[in-house]
Amino acid sequence: MTPELGHFALVLALGLALIQSIVPVIGVHRRDGSLMRLASSTALAQFVFVALSFLALTACYVTSDFSVATIYENSHSMMPLVYKFTSVWGNHEGSMLLWVLILSLFGALVALFGNNLPAALKAHVLAVQSWIACAFYLFILLTSNPFLRLAPAPFEGRDLNPILQDIGLAIHPPLLYLGYVGFSIAFSFAVAALLEGRIDAAWARWVRPWTLAAWMCLTVGIAMGSYWAYYELGWGGFWFWDPVENASLMPWLAGTALLHSAVVMEKRNALKIWTILLAILAFSLSLVGTFLVRSGVLTSVHTFANDPARGVFILAILVVFIGGGLALFAWRAPLLKQGGLFAPISREGALILNNLFLTTACLTVFVGTLYPLALEAITGAKISVGPPFFNLTFGPLFVPLLFAMPFGPLLAWKRGDILGVAQRLMGAFAVGLVTIAVVAAAESEVSVLAPFGIGLALFVMTGAVTDIVERIGLFRVPLSVVRQRAAGLPRSVWGTAFAHFGIAVTLLGVVSVGTWANERIVGLKPSQTVSLSGFDLSFDGLVQRSGPNYRELVGKFTVRRGGVPIATMEPAKRSFESRATTTTEAALLTRGFSQLYLSLGDVNDDGSVAVRLYYKPMVLLIWIGAVVMMFGGALSLSDRRLRIGAPRPAAKPAVQAAE
Amino acid sequence: MTRKQRRLALIGTSLAVLAVAAALVLSALRDSIVFFNSPTDVAEKHPVPGTRMRIGGLVKPGSIERGDNLLVRFAVTDGKTDIAVRYQGIVPDLFREGQGVVAEGKLDTGGVFAADTVLAKHDERYMPREVVDALKKSGRWQEGEQKGSGSSAK
Repeated sequence: MTPELGHFALVLALGLALIQSIVPVIGVHRRDGSLMRLASSTALAQFVFVALSFLALTACYVTSDFSVATIYENSHSMMPLVYKFTSVWGNHEGSMLLWVLILSLFGALVALFGNNLPAALKAHVLAVQSWIACAFYLFILLTSNPFLRLAPAPFEGRDLNPILQDIGLAIHPPLLYLGYVGFSIAFSFAVAALLEGRIDAAWARWVRPWTLAAWMCLTVGIAMGSYWAYYELGWGGFWFWDPVENASLMPWLAGTALLHSAVVMEKRNALKIWTILLAILAFSLSLVGTFLVRSGVLTSVHTFANDPARGVFILAILVVFIGGGLALFAWRAPLLKQGGLFAPISREGALILNNLFLTTACLTVFVGTLYPLALEAITGAKISVGPPFFNLTFGPLFVPLLFAMPFGPLLAWKRGDILGVAQRLMGAFAVGLVTIAVVAAAESEVSVLAPFGIGLALFVMTGAVTDIVERIGLFRVPLSVVRQRAAGLPRSVWGTAFAHFGIAVTLLGVVSVGTWANERIVGLKPSQTVSLSGFDLSFDGLVQRSGPNYRELVGKFTVRRGGVPIATMEPAKRSFESRATTTTEAALLTRGFSQLYLSLGDVNDDGSVAVRLYYKPMVLLIWIGAVVMMFGGALSLSDRRLRIGAPRPAAKPAVQAAE
Repeated sequence: MTRKQRRLALIGTSLAVLAVAAALVLSALRDSIVFFNSPTDVAEKHPVPGTRMRIGGLVKPGSIERGDNLLVRFAVTDGKTDIAVRYQGIVPDLFREGQGVVAEGKLDTGGVFAADTVLAKHDERYMPREVVDALKKSGRWQEGEQKGSGSSAK
């Protein structure tokens, strides 16, 4: 009964979405306020029905109803309760249901909190949002119905893929989807603006908080996915430039560019058309990401079983929305009033530079990710584009961006004084240069890039701090005034400083792991010892243990530093009988921001066991940086300006509907 | 600065950055792409030893041999042709006989493929697309074999 209710609720949501796709647009045409307002009610109702559908599926998982095909495929009665919850989206069908749940959530939020939006704009936004929703409801109902029944019902499920039986599944996909789908709001706003043929600075104020919220989730979502892959895959890598990872990085880059260009639009009423284009692109890249992950057209280390028929459907959605969005843009964008041009040396000039580098970097990732597909379609040759490509293209584009970053917030709007800014950044330059010198002197064997990278990271960090110090007048005015100024500083200024500081923290982690990580792969017999980076690990032997739905072979290791035992590490190999699969559970020992990483390989006939041991200095900074970035975003989001909402533009004649 | 100069500065900078990016992309593409070959392709094309490439197919049943120092030898087959592979290190959890595998490395002069990476898959029911195509080409792929288990994740 429950699965049928869930299925039915989803069909009802589709019906509501169809109404919401058409009626508000007619309302705008006829200038009929009640038809326009209908969109808000249907958006809320849609969310309620999708939520019901999602709850129904969750209930089936929790009660292990194996008469439902997806549950039979992906659950097991012995599985711990938390994984029964997370396995709802640990498979294709359920994850698409999560996708539309978040989509309808955003629609409902616009309906609830968009009271200060002009009625026609709100109606258009919700209608466009509903077009997207219709496409995905149809996709789920026609190709990936999570409520499909099996008759007769199997007695036991086939278990969730063991690699997904991890808390990472509870965190990473929802956050990533919040990010991907959040950009749909920016897309809907962009399409609505194009339909109306009118856009102003207030538009940017409405779009920015949504984009910021999506960006925050995407930032942490990507970071948590990276950390998950790092400890779960057992080879200690945090980023492989794999198609699936690139699929999430591209919307992030476009979204970051969008955040910055929206600032220019809001403050200076310029860059309007470009901002619209970025809003379309950010969501288009999210759709491309969904397509790449869901269709399996590219071989990835993160890909799971997939079905090409669904890929074709998503490809169709992709063509309609990206093609339609861009076609509408080409047709309507020339109608929008252009903003003014401005001096290259200014805050807005710096933000343009930021956009230029971010979009170009995004483009190189796009080329590297999709080139194999294009080449295969044209010549039939199968190739793969690996990390060297991205290191050679993305790296050189990101370095100037990072170098320019501290300058941006210090430059004045309209007309900046680059020499004055350089003077104020003297401290940061000094810190950067001294760091380069110290690192280069202390570590003469490492590549020249290492001191430079560390120096750049510290330059950016000091630059972010300098911005705040300059604004609150620290060391220049009495402390009481400083305190007053700090409290009076807009939160978005703090947000910028934190976000910029965060990316430097991540850079520091990446450079440090890339340069000073150590690795040993050896076969060990009990009581033998292996040493790495000043740690001595002795192998005490193997023990068998059993968990709720698996058995595990645990290696016991004692870690000593200078002969003193400091910890024990217990990496394991888990075998899951229901799937006849094993997973590697790495053991991590955290010392400050650094980690010792130990994972087990095969047990050989002579009783020795293969182990992989890594020392990853400062590795945690990579993900902490992302959290700092998100914190910056949150500060910015709580800014009074955004919290209170955009002021209504002065009364204007009735909105011109799209002809 | 006049309006015209400002526009020129903007367009000039954009073109310069794009040109640099294009140059980087083209040079990187020349040096860092890796071709995929099935064992039959390798046998037919006789690639120059030392060329980096990826091979894929199934791990031939009964071919896995373990040596000292984590050395693993196995054969990759597409049903028609086999190729011997040597790999030093820890193989992924899902590496086993009869399982699809993709390895990256170089062919040595003796015709043995020295792999430096053996790709791991997350799902025992997932088959890398290249492997599917290689098996289809050699006629060893039964349509529908992998279907029905079309569940996926993430």
